[in-house]
Amino acid sequence: MTFWRKALGAAAGAALAALGVAAQAQEPLKIGFVYVGPTGDFGWTHEHDLARQAVEKHFGDKVETTFVENVAEGPDAERVIRQMAQSGQKLIFTTSFGFMNPTLKVAKQFPDVKFEHATGFKRDVNVSTYSARFYEGRHVIGLIAGKMTKSNVIGYIASFPIPEVVRGINSAYLAAKSVNPNVQFRVVWVNTWFDPGKEADAAKALIEQGADVIMQHTDSAAPITIAEEKGVLAFGQASDMTKFGPKAHLTAIMDNWAPYYIARTQAVLDGTWESKDTWDGIAPGMVAFAPYNPALPKEVVALAEYARLGISLGKIHPFTGPINKQDGTPWLAAGETAPDGDLLGMNFYVEGIEGVLPK
Amino acid sequence: MDLSALDPVKLALSLIIAATPLLFAALGELITEKSGVLNLGVEGMMIVGAIGGFATGLNTGSLALGVAAAAAAGMALAALFALMTQYLMSNQVATGLALTLFGLGVAALAGQDYAGKTLDVGGKLDIPGLTDLPVIGPLLFGHDALVYLSLLMAVAVWRFLTRSRAGLVLRAVGENHDAAHAIGYPVRLVRVGAILFGGAMAGIGGAYLALVQTPLWVEGMTAGRGWIALAIVVFAAWRPWRALLGAYLFGGVTIVQLNLQALGVAIQSQYLSMAPYLVTIIVLAIISADRARARLDAPACLGRPFHAAS
Amino acid sequence: MLELTRRREASKAMLWLTPVFAVILTIVAGGLLFALLGKDPVEAVRLIFVQPFLDPFSRTELLVKGTPLVLIAIGLSLGFRAGVWNIGAEGQFIMGALVGGAVALAFYEIPGVWLLPLMCFAGMAGGAAWAMIPAILRIRFNANEILVSLMLVYVAELLLSALVSGPLRDPDGFNFPESRMFHDSATLPILISGSRAHIGAAVALGAVIAAYVLLERHLFGFRIKLFGQAPRAARFAGFSEAGLVAACLGLGGALAGLAGVFEASGPVGQLVPALPQGYGFTAIIVAFLGRLNPLGVLLAGAVMALTYIGGETAQISMNLPAAAINVFQGMLLFFLLGIDVLVNYRLRWRRAA
Repeated sequence: MTFWRKALGAAAGAALAALGVAAQAQEPLKIGFVYVGPTGDFGWTHEHDLARQAVEKHFGDKVETTFVENVAEGPDAERVIRQMAQSGQKLIFTTSFGFMNPTLKVAKQFPDVKFEHATGFKRDVNVSTYSARFYEGRHVIGLIAGKMTKSNVIGYIASFPIPEVVRGINSAYLAAKSVNPNVQFRVVWVNTWFDPGKEADAAKALIEQGADVIMQHTDSAAPITIAEEKGVLAFGQASDMTKFGPKAHLTAIMDNWAPYYIARTQAVLDGTWESKDTWDGIAPGMVAFAPYNPALPKEVVALAEYARLGISLGKIHPFTGPINKQDGTPWLAAGETAPDGDLLGMNFYVEGIEGVLPK
Repeated sequence: MDLSALDPVKLALSLIIAATPLLFAALGELITEKSGVLNLGVEGMMIVGAIGGFATGLNTGSLALGVAAAAAAGMALAALFALMTQYLMSNQVATGLALTLFGLGVAALAGQDYAGKTLDVGGKLDIPGLTDLPVIGPLLFGHDALVYLSLLMAVAVWRFLTRSRAGLVLRAVGENHDAAHAIGYPVRLVRVGAILFGGAMAGIGGAYLALVQTPLWVEGMTAGRGWIALAIVVFAAWRPWRALLGAYLFGGVTIVQLNLQALGVAIQSQYLSMAPYLVTIIVLAIISADRARARLDAPACLGRPFHAAS
Repeated sequence: MLELTRRREASKAMLWLTPVFAVILTIVAGGLLFALLGKDPVEAVRLIFVQPFLDPFSRTELLVKGTPLVLIAIGLSLGFRAGVWNIGAEGQFIMGALVGGAVALAFYEIPGVWLLPLMCFAGMAGGAAWAMIPAILRIRFNANEILVSLMLVYVAELLLSALVSGPLRDPDGFNFPESRMFHDSATLPILISGSRAHIGAAVALGAVIAAYVLLERHLFGFRIKLFGQAPRAARFAGFSEAGLVAACLGLGGALAGLAGVFEASGPVGQLVPALPQGYGFTAIIVAFLGRLNPLGVLLAGAVMALTYIGGETAQISMNLPAAAINVFQGMLLFFLLGIDVLVNYRLRWRRAA
């Protein structure tokens, strides 16, 4: 089954690629980007747009890019994606989870167009998926947080209880715990990816409950500005958010999509593009870090750098046993590392995290 | 779980901050509605206030100038609404909705160069000795200037409506514009004034969000607060004191919910968030049921167009 | 100074001319805006107003976007004519989608031609029931329906969000807050193959005709008009105000609910938190742009859909910022709503006394 699907996919890919090469001789490759937010959000969409610009810079006249911003994850998404395909875009990046089903629907109707969907789990012969192993980044900032907290309380602003977010919490917690056994995590679910006012309020609530380090899995920089104001520490999300809080901002996990976008564009140009699932982490540079805050003690930087290198060399896995689930049932045996399947569907807290994961 | 870990003073402080933008916008809309005009464009006026205030605050470093600019920006949008509904007789509901769409667009365009910048305009009151007093110190003397302004405005709006002649005229216009016109009150002028005041207050509310609460500028940052302000006016039954209560209640629900979570209490936040709206509906039903009392509060001409027959 | 005086009767010429003036003014003002942003104004305006008609897919998308707008606006316009101010159609839309969608999910993978009609019925019932809350509160407690229906929009939004992250969540969806994709029996038939234009477009057209007949030929339509223009006379004639309020809100709610089911089982194919895209609010604007007349609503819905589709085309082809499109739409609405004054009023120059 899988074999046939792959073989068919490859054959179709090759045939389509041949068509692509023929077309590309005359005109530049047109690439479309569908964004869920505004390009000026200084978070998720901003980074995708920087990568788009990197593609333009790298390929020059060989490509032509366009984008539509603020596309809601509802009925409008399919039309926008389809209009992109119809207006001659041969490679289309749809950069939000909610674009998954619309992307697949359009892809069926445009077999000669390649689609790249971020963070989804459904693929097709002409639809690839890609995402970043942000949990590797969470491990590194978890170590820093564990070392830097004085109150031993770390506040976490979370969006929705999906595996991506739960993974981040678990990874950061395990890392923090490994360097500071007394550490406690306080998680606040704000049920939104973007509401600066609410994110700011959540940061304040966490600080009032004793948190002196704030982590976030939401998109605006508001928590950083609040951390700066209240004199606590924080980590940026998606982009380098240093300027929002030069003292508070320790580093940021940055989404660096540029290498992937350039590679995929090259693949289409070469006619070698085929559908696949990419889940890259620190090693290929999809997960990167903003410069460390100069105020970070040298030994903490060393610890973080050691982990970063270890992960990129494959020596360290953020989820290495023994790890129990929150209810005490064993998950990973000593020395065992988490299989990707477990990570992709993660819907439990690891042992030690207090509070109930919303279901 | 240990609820005693919730420090009521700190909780109150953050509650006040979350409620202040709502209070400004609600007080403004309250006056607008009391004059008989329903302006659904609060969200649009708030967000132009946010960018107007942020841009000015950033360029001048002054909170006062930022707030003034925000008020002016909100007022400018309100002026458009006034022109449309009072002079061109367009429908208030449709125009208000269009105003929100327009305001969100204008703000995003104007704010393109301001995304990703931060500012610190301060403005916190700090009276040595007083602010350090336990409990009442931070509660009474620890806020930024705009919090005091919002409370002052609540008092001012209340005094204006109940104690001043101008307030009486405004209510008369909202109550029965034909009668008011017959007596010789300038119905249209009063309503334009009320609309402009509503715009200025919504603008200041938006500015509070961008200058103090977060403080930063991002597209769409009001995230529905203008609509909540509309709900608060109804909840308040068009009374300034209850608007104060309503703003603190609506703002408070979020804050309490976030703080409980930070304490480790698991809650389905959507159901909790519904509560204030349901309460508002019940309140509205109760006050409306008593027709005599309803007449005292609800402006009878709300949303109805007026054109003096000449 | 300039002064407006009321015409004795609405000007027939202006009825047709004002929308044309408004579009011309929007093109001039919008063109200026686009030029200020450094984009070619002629091309931008062409992409927004003309291109969607030239491209076959965009033509079908006009139907997709216009269907919910027209369907909801028709229901609302009946109420508005009678002086029943339902502005919570967005909430009724959501409840329709939610109840209809829940039916689809309850019979997941069970094929049958009965399923879609059942979903539509459930959706209409859901929307109507949601609209009955303001109706009952107005009839029983004299509560303002504008405000009650508006409050219920937020409640519906939160309910949708709670249910798709809870009981209605896709069991194989990795906890993402959305439902399963509806199966084939629960998906709307497509009108034009290869497009997304679904059967709902035909239903919307039917609703326009039905509303027209209702208003012009039926006693109920007469009551609606009478209550709107002369409530006292209507009461004197013995028509029940309570019945009218309930009927108008119920009908508006049912149509909005139907639009919600269509949206969920048509272009989207599942329940997602982002399902409500403000159709319920935009439909209010559509109703007024169409001057509360069924045929006018149809035209206004088409124009509104055009600016959305054309706006997206302009974004793709010229990289115009989304915000510029919002501003352009806002301008069009202001001009359309504002210039309408000339239908009932005459502009006169009078020396200041």
